[in-house]
Amino acid sequence: MADNTKNTSENLLEVSDLHVQYRTDDAIVHAINGLSLRVKQGEKLGLVGETGAGKTTLALSILRLLPARVGEITQGSIVYNGDNLLDQPESFMLGLRGKRISMIFQDPMTSLNPTITVGKQILEVLDLHFPELSKADKSEKVDEILKMVGIPPSRKEDFPHQFSGGMKQRIVIAMALIAEPELLLADEPTTALDVTIQAQILDLMRELKDKFNSAVILITHDLGVVAEFCDTVAVVYSGRVVEYGTVEQIYARRENHPYTSGLFNCIPDLTSNAPRLVPIPGRMADPRIPIEGCCFADRCPHCTERCRKAAPPVVERDGHGIMCHLFTEGGER
Amino acid sequence: MAKRKKSLSEYSTGQLVLYRFSKNKLAMFGVVLLAAMALVILLGPLVVPEESVSMMHIPERFSAPGENGFLFGSDEFGRDLFARILYGGRISLFCSLAVIAIAFVVGAIIGGAAGFFGGKVDSVLMRFIDILMAVPSALLAMAIITALGNGVWKLVVALAIGQIARFARTVRASVLTLRNMEYVEAAKCYGSSSMRIILKHILPNGIGPIIVSATLTLGQTILSISSMGYLGLGVASPTPEWGTIISENKVNLQDFPHLGLIPGICICLTVMAVNFIGDGLRDAFDPRTKN
Repeated sequence: MADNTKNTSENLLEVSDLHVQYRTDDAIVHAINGLSLRVKQGEKLGLVGETGAGKTTLALSILRLLPARVGEITQGSIVYNGDNLLDQPESFMLGLRGKRISMIFQDPMTSLNPTITVGKQILEVLDLHFPELSKADKSEKVDEILKMVGIPPSRKEDFPHQFSGGMKQRIVIAMALIAEPELLLADEPTTALDVTIQAQILDLMRELKDKFNSAVILITHDLGVVAEFCDTVAVVYSGRVVEYGTVEQIYARRENHPYTSGLFNCIPDLTSNAPRLVPIPGRMADPRIPIEGCCFADRCPHCTERCRKAAPPVVERDGHGIMCHLFTEGGER
Repeated sequence: MAKRKKSLSEYSTGQLVLYRFSKNKLAMFGVVLLAAMALVILLGPLVVPEESVSMMHIPERFSAPGENGFLFGSDEFGRDLFARILYGGRISLFCSLAVIAIAFVVGAIIGGAAGFFGGKVDSVLMRFIDILMAVPSALLAMAIITALGNGVWKLVVALAIGQIARFARTVRASVLTLRNMEYVEAAKCYGSSSMRIILKHILPNGIGPIIVSATLTLGQTILSISSMGYLGLGVASPTPEWGTIISENKVNLQDFPHLGLIPGICICLTVMAVNFIGDGLRDAFDPRTKN
């Protein structure tokens, strides 16, 4: 347990130059192309990007749960608390999943087993990772976590279909947090819920995160949710982090990657009189074709000849990084 | 309401299944019927000695039911039909259970492995199943018995092989749909091993259609054993078996219909009871059915 004594400013998770491919019958899909990011202990990172940007693929790569035979990590490293997860045997990963890293899925309707009572499903995590606890202790811990997420423990003998969507998501969160993981991967935890419940779930996650001091990677396409919940943001496009920084740096909107600016322009603003939102033209580049140059070039309003030829480097100022030629030497800004 | 909740919460999942099953009147009727038949077949030999199966009472041949002390009447050799049905039931009832058990276990292993692991394992196993499927199961059983020779256990094996394909396909289909469910993915995410996922998350969710298929097949297997017996395969004539009894009396059915009706009713009742039980089990395994 030497890991616990490490300096808290040290990185808990460090993903470097990750490349992930999905092989289909007729093509190779490049889902993640050289993605790098760092998460400190207790940090709340928001991973923002549109559908197909590779956000969920990243989460599954960290847990080494990419679909067998189809998904493959071809390059890069995922270092977690000093261990490169890509070199570890499956037995190490079994002990890691659910205990040190856990995940919350998007749709609580389908992520609970309909034939097992919710109490038993939460208990299963304890059975897997804390077999040394007595039956009474385990049962007490289940009651405790249910109370924390706001479900009366008397309902633990009920089946998932007897709960509403928001309550099911609370149960999923209880399952993810009962082992007090160091890192929580939340894959669009509020997308399937209505707005009032969204706020409740975010409050709950923040409260529990503070209690357990877990780091959280919140995967979402909702910039509002990120502003509300996160400390830092990484904007993912086409399997790359195109911009990262603290919430303040990015939401200040002084310097942004053109894609991030595009995302901001898609948010309705109640104070302006603009009759229409400004969508980002075009669609994400076909992930089956490797990209030369900048991945956003085809949709970028500032695209130049240089963008089509050479991939831009990441330019970092005060921990705010942008992967764009506009900010390199000889660029406009 | 609160009181009832509390009493429910003391049950385990298995007990809840039993509870729901016991609430289903038709299923319970099936259980009672099947249990009564099994009991009579098992305990009957204490009352009726085995010799009476083949003991001939020529002067009393073709007795009507109840006549001359024969409860179900007697056949053309004056043999006691009741004794023959009693001893024949051992084969009809218990052999069909053995057929289902063998076919179910082998089929579930093949289908489960094919569905869960996919890829090459799936291709190889399913082509083997396709070969089995290509031959009609009755024909396959006849061929196997012809090759192995007559005998009760050979009959069981022959019929079981014919049913493996059905179970393998049913199990594979349900594993394939369940394998990609988000709760299976979630179970992987909190560190469950493959074995645990198959046993705790896939099997309980897929068991409904598998059980229904098993019970329907049980009824069909009783009929198959009977039709094999009728064709003179599997169980040879002096040994009684429900299908064989009908077969050996086929020339006299017009004049003495009870010789065919009584064993026929026995077969029908068993098949019916088993189907009721199957339906009840399917409903009981689904937690969405009301408690």
